[in-house]
Amino acid sequence: MEVCHSLKQIFVLFLYLFLAIDSSSTTSSASPVINNYDALEGGGYPGELFAASAVFCFLLYIIFVFPILETNSATSSPAPTPQTSRMPKPFGYGYPTLQPGYQNATPSTSAMQPSNPGHHSGFQQYPQYPGVNQLSSTLGGLSLQHSQQPESLRPVNLTQERNILPVSPVLAPVPNLNSDLRKLNCSPDSFRCTLTNIPQTQALLNKAKLPLGLLLHPFRDLTQLPVITSSTIVRCRSCRTYINPFVSFIDQRRWKCNLCYRVNDVPEEFMYNPLTRSYGEPHKRPEVQNSTVEFIASSDYMLRPPQPAVYLFVLDVSHNAVEAGYLTIVCQSLLENLDKLPGDSRTRIGFITFDSTVHFYNLQEGLSQPQMLIVSDIDDVFLPTPDSLLVNLHESKELIKDLLSALPNMFINTRETHSALGPALQAAFKLMSPTGGRISVFQSQLPSLGAGLLHSREDPNQRSSTKVVQHLGPATDFYKKLALDCSGQQTAVDLFLLSSQYADLASLACMSKYSAGCIYYYPSFHHSHNPAQAEKLQKDLKRYLTRKIGFEAVMRIRCTKGLSIHTFHGNFFVRSTDLLSLANINPDAGFAVQMSIEESLTDTSLVCFQTALLYTSSKGERRIRVHTLCLPVVTSLSDVYAGADVQAAVCLLANMAVDRSVSSSLSDARDALVNAVVDSLSAYISTASNLQQSTLIAPNSLRLFPLYVLALLKQKAFRTGTSTRLDDRIYAMCQIKSQPLVHLMKMIHPNLYRIDRLTNEGAIHVNDRVVPQPPLQKLSAEKLTREGAFLMDCGSIFYIWIGKSCDNSFIKDVLGYPNYASVPQKLTQLPELDTLSSERARSFITWLRDSRPLNPVLQVIRDESPAKTDFFQHLVEDRTEAAFSYYEFLLHIQQQICK
Amino acid sequence: MESVVFVFSLIDCCALIFLSVYFIITLSDLECDYINARSCCSKLNKWVVPELIGHTIVTVLMLISLHWFIFLLNFPVATWNIYRFIMVPSGNLGVFDPTEIHNRGQLKSHMKEAMIKLGFHLLCFFMYLYSMILALIND
Repeated sequence: MEVCHSLKQIFVLFLYLFLAIDSSSTTSSASPVINNYDALEGGGYPGELFAASAVFCFLLYIIFVFPILETNSATSSPAPTPQTSRMPKPFGYGYPTLQPGYQNATPSTSAMQPSNPGHHSGFQQYPQYPGVNQLSSTLGGLSLQHSQQPESLRPVNLTQERNILPVSPVLAPVPNLNSDLRKLNCSPDSFRCTLTNIPQTQALLNKAKLPLGLLLHPFRDLTQLPVITSSTIVRCRSCRTYINPFVSFIDQRRWKCNLCYRVNDVPEEFMYNPLTRSYGEPHKRPEVQNSTVEFIASSDYMLRPPQPAVYLFVLDVSHNAVEAGYLTIVCQSLLENLDKLPGDSRTRIGFITFDSTVHFYNLQEGLSQPQMLIVSDIDDVFLPTPDSLLVNLHESKELIKDLLSALPNMFINTRETHSALGPALQAAFKLMSPTGGRISVFQSQLPSLGAGLLHSREDPNQRSSTKVVQHLGPATDFYKKLALDCSGQQTAVDLFLLSSQYADLASLACMSKYSAGCIYYYPSFHHSHNPAQAEKLQKDLKRYLTRKIGFEAVMRIRCTKGLSIHTFHGNFFVRSTDLLSLANINPDAGFAVQMSIEESLTDTSLVCFQTALLYTSSKGERRIRVHTLCLPVVTSLSDVYAGADVQAAVCLLANMAVDRSVSSSLSDARDALVNAVVDSLSAYISTASNLQQSTLIAPNSLRLFPLYVLALLKQKAFRTGTSTRLDDRIYAMCQIKSQPLVHLMKMIHPNLYRIDRLTNEGAIHVNDRVVPQPPLQKLSAEKLTREGAFLMDCGSIFYIWIGKSCDNSFIKDVLGYPNYASVPQKLTQLPELDTLSSERARSFITWLRDSRPLNPVLQVIRDESPAKTDFFQHLVEDRTEAAFSYYEFLLHIQQQICK
Repeated sequence: MESVVFVFSLIDCCALIFLSVYFIITLSDLECDYINARSCCSKLNKWVVPELIGHTIVTVLMLISLHWFIFLLNFPVATWNIYRFIMVPSGNLGVFDPTEIHNRGQLKSHMKEAMIKLGFHLLCFFMYLYSMILALIND
C-alpha cells in the first residue's frame, strides 16, 4: 500500500516535471501546513512524510537524468493503471456472491423450538401460519443438546417466535474477551461496534453481509472520569495513539503500541505512579488502568490561548415569531440560567435580533440601559460597534438582565413579516470570528430577504405519496458555505426552528450540520395553543443552556492497522482523512463511522479503536478525552454472527439510509434497508446448510433485526404512504445522524410499558426509592387493552395512553380525576398524590427521566382524543394502510430469501 | 486549414493534460493531509468549468472539421464532463464538495477519474500530434 502510494507520488511528480508546471506550488503543497489544528492532535503516519522526502530526493534525481526520462515518458505515461480504488457499493459494503454450502456453523433444525409455547393459544395476529402447534410439539425438548453453543448463536425461528421482544430493555452484547480485558474495556454507552467479533478479512465480512462500523458518544456526561495532569502525555511515536490499557509492556522501559505495533520507550516520568506513590510500575498508572480517561493538555496542544466561552443569541422578531410567543420563554429561560451558563470570568455574551433589518444591542458596561442599533442595509451587513456587542457576562450582567426582560415586549406591535436570516447570520459570523464560540439561532419562518432567502418547495399533496419524495437536499449552498466559514473560525451554529409552516429545514439544517451544531425543531409551536411544545422548548432550553460544552474541538478516530474508516456520520466537518473538526462539542452529540478491512488481520487476535477528543473546556482548559475499545478478531462466520450487535447495526444502517435518501432517493434507501435484512439472514441460513431452507431463521443475536428495520421503515424519516410533512421528515433524518445510540434506539423502537398495575415485583432501589420494573410490551395494538393504561417511552416524549374502560381507581389515584370522561385532552403532568399507585407510577417515570439528559415531556392521551394518532403511529408491529405488519414483513423477507 | 485545426487541438490538449495533472496532484495532497478539504475543493472547483469548456471546444471542432473517429472518441468524455457538472446537487459547492469528499470513497473515485482523463488526454495528444504532422506534410 505504502509502496503503491509512493510510486503514485513519484509518477505524479514525474509528470509534473515533464510538463514543467511551476514548482512553487509543489513546495507549498508538499510541506505540511502547521497552521491548523490537524498538527495538534497529531496527524497520520510519519511514513507519509518519509514518502514525501523520498519524492524530493527523486525530484533531484529526475532533474539530473531528465533527458533520459523524457524519452521514456511517452511510453510509460499512459500506462499506469489507476490504483485499484475500491468503489464502495451504495450501501457501504459489497455483496459478492456467496459460496454455496458454506459449512462452518451447523446448528441443526432441532434447536428451532419456539421458546414460549404458552402463547399459541392466543393466536389471532398470525392466522396464516398453519400447524405451529404440531411443529413445536415435535421439536419440543430438543434444545438441551445445544447447551454448549453460545446463546447468541441459538437459531430462532422468526415466524414462529411470538414474543421476540425481551421483557427487559436490550443490552449491548459483551465482547468475547478474557475477564481482565473485559473489565478494562470501554463502556458500550460511549463506544460501540456493530460487530463485537471483528472478522479477520474483508471477504469474511462480505460473506456475513453485516455493516461494520462504530457508534460513538464521546462527550457523554460521565459520573466518574479519571482526569490526568501530567507534563508529558505518553503517545506512540509513529501513529500518535495515546497509551491505553491494551498496550503491552515488553519490559519496564518499553511498551508496544496496540494500533501500529511500534515499540516505544516509557518516559521516566511515567515510571512514577501518583496514585500509589510508587516507582517502577508503569502498568499501574491510571492511563493504563482505564479505557476512558481525560488528559489536561499542555500548551503543545494549543495554537492560541484557550478561547473564552462566547455565546451569541440570534433571535427572530418578525410578526410570525412574536405571534408564536417564543421570545418570552427564551428570555425567561436565559434569565433563570444566566448564572449557570458554563464559563469562567471571561465568558462573553451578545444578542442580535432580526426581522427585515438586523438589530444589534450595545451592552457595554457603564451604559444606563441597553442601546439598540439597527442596520437596515442587509445586502452588505456591517457591525455598527464591533467592540461592545459581545460583552463580558459578569461586568454587564445588569444590562443583560434589563435587555432580557425588555425584549419580549419590544416587538409586540411589529407588523414586519419578512425575515432576513441570511444577513443576520453573516453579521453573527463577523461578530464571532475573532474568538469562536456558539451561535444559537431562533427562526420561526422561511427566510425571505437578503442572502440565503428560500422559497417554499413543499407540495402538500405529495406528503403521503408512495413514490418520489423530493427536496430532501438543500436548495442553496449559502448555509453550507456559512457553516464551513464558521467551522473554520471555531464557531458552531445551533438552530431552533419554531415554525408552524414549511420552513425548508433541509436547507436551514446545513448551518448546523457542518459547523458541529445541533438542531431543534418545534413544529406548530405556539406558547398558548400548543402547551406541550412550549413546555418542551422550556425543558430543552434548560438543558441546552446548562449542559457541558467544549470549544474549538477536534476528534480523531484511530484503529488497528488493517482497518480503515471510510465514511463518517454526524454533525461536523471532516477536515482531513480522519480528522473531524468540531467547533463545539456537547454531551448529546453522537457520531457513527463505517469501516472496511483493508488488510487481513491475520497476525493479531485483538483490534483496538481509539477516539481522542481534544477540546477547550468552558473554564478555558485544554483537555483530551480518550476512549479505547478492544475487540477480538474471529475467523469463522458463525463467530461473526455470534458477536453481532443488532442495535448498533440498525443505527448505522439508519445513518447510511439517510445518506442514501439524500444522494439517491427515499425508495432506494428503503429497498436497501430491506435488502440488508434479507442479505444477512439469507447469508446466515446458507451457512447452516442443514436448516430447512424454507423457514426464516435468525441467530439469536440478530433476532430483533427484522423488527428494528421494520420500525425504521415506519419511522418518520423513511415512511411512505402516511402523510408526513417534509420538515418533520428532514428533522427525523437530522436526528438519526446526530443522536447517540441510546436516544436513537428509543426513537426507532420506543419502549411500551403497562402502568396501571405496577407492582414491586422485581423492583430496583434507587436512592431509597422503590422503582417498579414493568415488563416491556411489544408495539402492537393487540397488547393495548381497554382496561389498561400504557406508557410509551419515545426518548424525547412520553405518551400515556388510557383505555376507555380503564380502572377508575387508577384514574383517581394516579391522574387525580374522578373518572375517565373527566380527564382533560391536554394533560402534561402527573399530580403528586399520596397513594401507592401514584407513587409507583411517578417513581417509575422519574427513573426513566433521570436515565437521560433530555427532559422528555409527558402527554396523557385518552383513547378517543385527536392526539391518538401520535401514539398509534409508533405501534410498528401493526399493519397500516401503507405498510406491512411485522408478520407480513417476515413473510416478505422469507419470500425474498427464497427467490 | 487541417493543420490549423490540429495545432489548436494540440495546444488545447496540452492545457487539458496540465489540468488533469493539477487535479491529481491536488487530490493526492488532500489524501496525504497536506491541505485541508476546503482549500482543495475550492482550488479544484475553479478549474472544472475551464476543463469542460476546453474539452467541449475540441469535440465541437472535430465535429465541424468532420473528423468522425476523433469526435466519437471525445464525445463520451465531453458528455460525462457536462453530465457531472449539471448533476451537482443544488446544495453542494461544486463538483468537488468539501463536506462529502472524504465520505463513501469519493476521494478515490475522483482520483481514479482524473487518472483516466490524464491517460485519455495523453492518447489524444499523440493522436493530434500525428495528425498535425500528417496535415503539415500534406500541405
